[in-house]
Amino acid sequence: MKINLTPVDAPSIRSRPVYSALEPRNGTLHLIIADGEGAEAVIQVLAKAHDRSQMLSTAHVIYAPGPNGTDLGAELQGLGAAQFYRAPSIPALLPRLQRVLSDARMGTQFYLAGTEGLIGQAETAIMSYGFPFVAIQKEHRGSTVRRVQCVHCKGITENVATDPFKCSHCGLNLFVRDHYSRRIAAFQGVNIDAEDPGQVPESVVRFK
Amino acid sequence: MSLDFKPGAFNDFFRNETFREDFTYRNSPAAIQRFPFPFDRDDYMYSVNMEPHVPGRKGSVFEHLLDVDEHYVSEMIDRARVLAEDPLRCQSLPHMTLAGWDTLELVMEAKARDYPQWFSLKKTGDRWHWINRPLGIEQSFTFLDEATLPCGPFEYIMRQTQGDWTLQDERDNTLWMDAGIATSQADWSADFDIGMNFHEWHAPVPLAHEKGIFDRALKFLLKLQHGAPVRRFNWTMTVNPLLDTSPENYPKWGPTKTSLTQGNLGGKQHLRVELQTLYRLPRSNAIAFDIRCYLGKFEELVTMPKWGRRLHRVVRDIHPDLAAYKGFLRNREAMVEWLSHYDDGLPTTPGWWPED
Repeated sequence: MKINLTPVDAPSIRSRPVYSALEPRNGTLHLIIADGEGAEAVIQVLAKAHDRSQMLSTAHVIYAPGPNGTDLGAELQGLGAAQFYRAPSIPALLPRLQRVLSDARMGTQFYLAGTEGLIGQAETAIMSYGFPFVAIQKEHRGSTVRRVQCVHCKGITENVATDPFKCSHCGLNLFVRDHYSRRIAAFQGVNIDAEDPGQVPESVVRFK
Repeated sequence: MSLDFKPGAFNDFFRNETFREDFTYRNSPAAIQRFPFPFDRDDYMYSVNMEPHVPGRKGSVFEHLLDVDEHYVSEMIDRARVLAEDPLRCQSLPHMTLAGWDTLELVMEAKARDYPQWFSLKKTGDRWHWINRPLGIEQSFTFLDEATLPCGPFEYIMRQTQGDWTLQDERDNTLWMDAGIATSQADWSADFDIGMNFHEWHAPVPLAHEKGIFDRALKFLLKLQHGAPVRRFNWTMTVNPLLDTSPENYPKWGPTKTSLTQGNLGGKQHLRVELQTLYRLPRSNAIAFDIRCYLGKFEELVTMPKWGRRLHRVVRDIHPDLAAYKGFLRNREAMVEWLSHYDDGLPTTPGWWPED
């Protein structure tokens, strides 16, 4: 297995999701899910809407603070969406998202903004309900920390900033492979010292 | 589901051997003679290198649609052990059940047709009766009725079929790996890759994206027609005859890469050849991808003088990024040193057959 620590500003990898600025679309329901600095993208997409009040009246905004502590919940709440919910964390907002998805119909537009962890987990939930991925827009904002699945024990470590890092489940030293699964909503972590146990390169901060 | 291997499964043809612990796997002289040596020239670089999967030379691995060889029974025992240890190695997303039935039909019909001494398939309408003599399996079931099999159709037939298989659904002008089994894989995780599209699961491969290999390969595959399967070779290197070189178990097998010496290299170092075949499936329109693994010890391969010369030159001259990706950069020099004793510098003839 090749151990190649790609600089964080390297060109996007092939399995990594493509992100672009959110654009307002016509829809019966606007389901907006954001964390951290993603709130700024939400404010901007609403500012671009032809009929802002119409979009807000059919919008459901679900928000969590970012892993770096950024909390723009009050600003989002002030927009006046038909429904607004601030969760303390991503895991805490997922049950509500599942409930909303169980009632959502074709024609719903999905807007995801914030960290890759938030975007990936929300997208996985949305796709599991059978919505086409063309109905899902994604804009990456804020922290670049990664959600990484250990390929050995299958445990997911949240908010990985350094490479290599220690798996929070099995304790193996993992490097973050540039390989991303939408279904699992995580990058792949692979044992870095498997061939030479104990020889672990110094950890560097690659994701902030 | 576990296989109940009846005594007598190993006869004069099927070898009783292991792919773990004491590693008793080896090729008989006849199996060496028919080994699918993948290099048709003295150097190697990626190419799409696809050709029609049509019957080839008698006795070769191309003779039949699916090759059943002397390792069949032992490989299926190894597969059952891997699946018992880690059920995530075989997965099928809910919409892939029909493709699983297509695959079951493909395998049963091919084996019953080409190896009637071992396999039998009788159909009475939707009632099918399948006999797999080497594995001691006899099963009556209703085609397309999952409840009549002990597990899903894909897993059922994969437990009786050599090679790792993936099933690709076609949507949005690409292929989605939505089912798969991996117990004899060259370091890729089915569990991680299932649900990905064609470009996503190939993302970690170096050099090939820039060469446009995957764009062209995908275009080619989307045109694949039922009844016209295609094939290509791929290859890598493996220390010990370990079929299950999974990323999941990498901490267990990774350290064996440091165990090579000039004294043991010929017996421990294996050329791992993948005969990859692709089939368009009739009902689901999915594409089945069979990655069949053949392991050959260096000391077995060099008994064919042409292969000894050529393997030395390929390993010596390969792009270091490819050697790194294939996981043998650290042992490359040792391999070249060992192989150099079987390369007298004479020219080799084109093509991969040993005697031409």
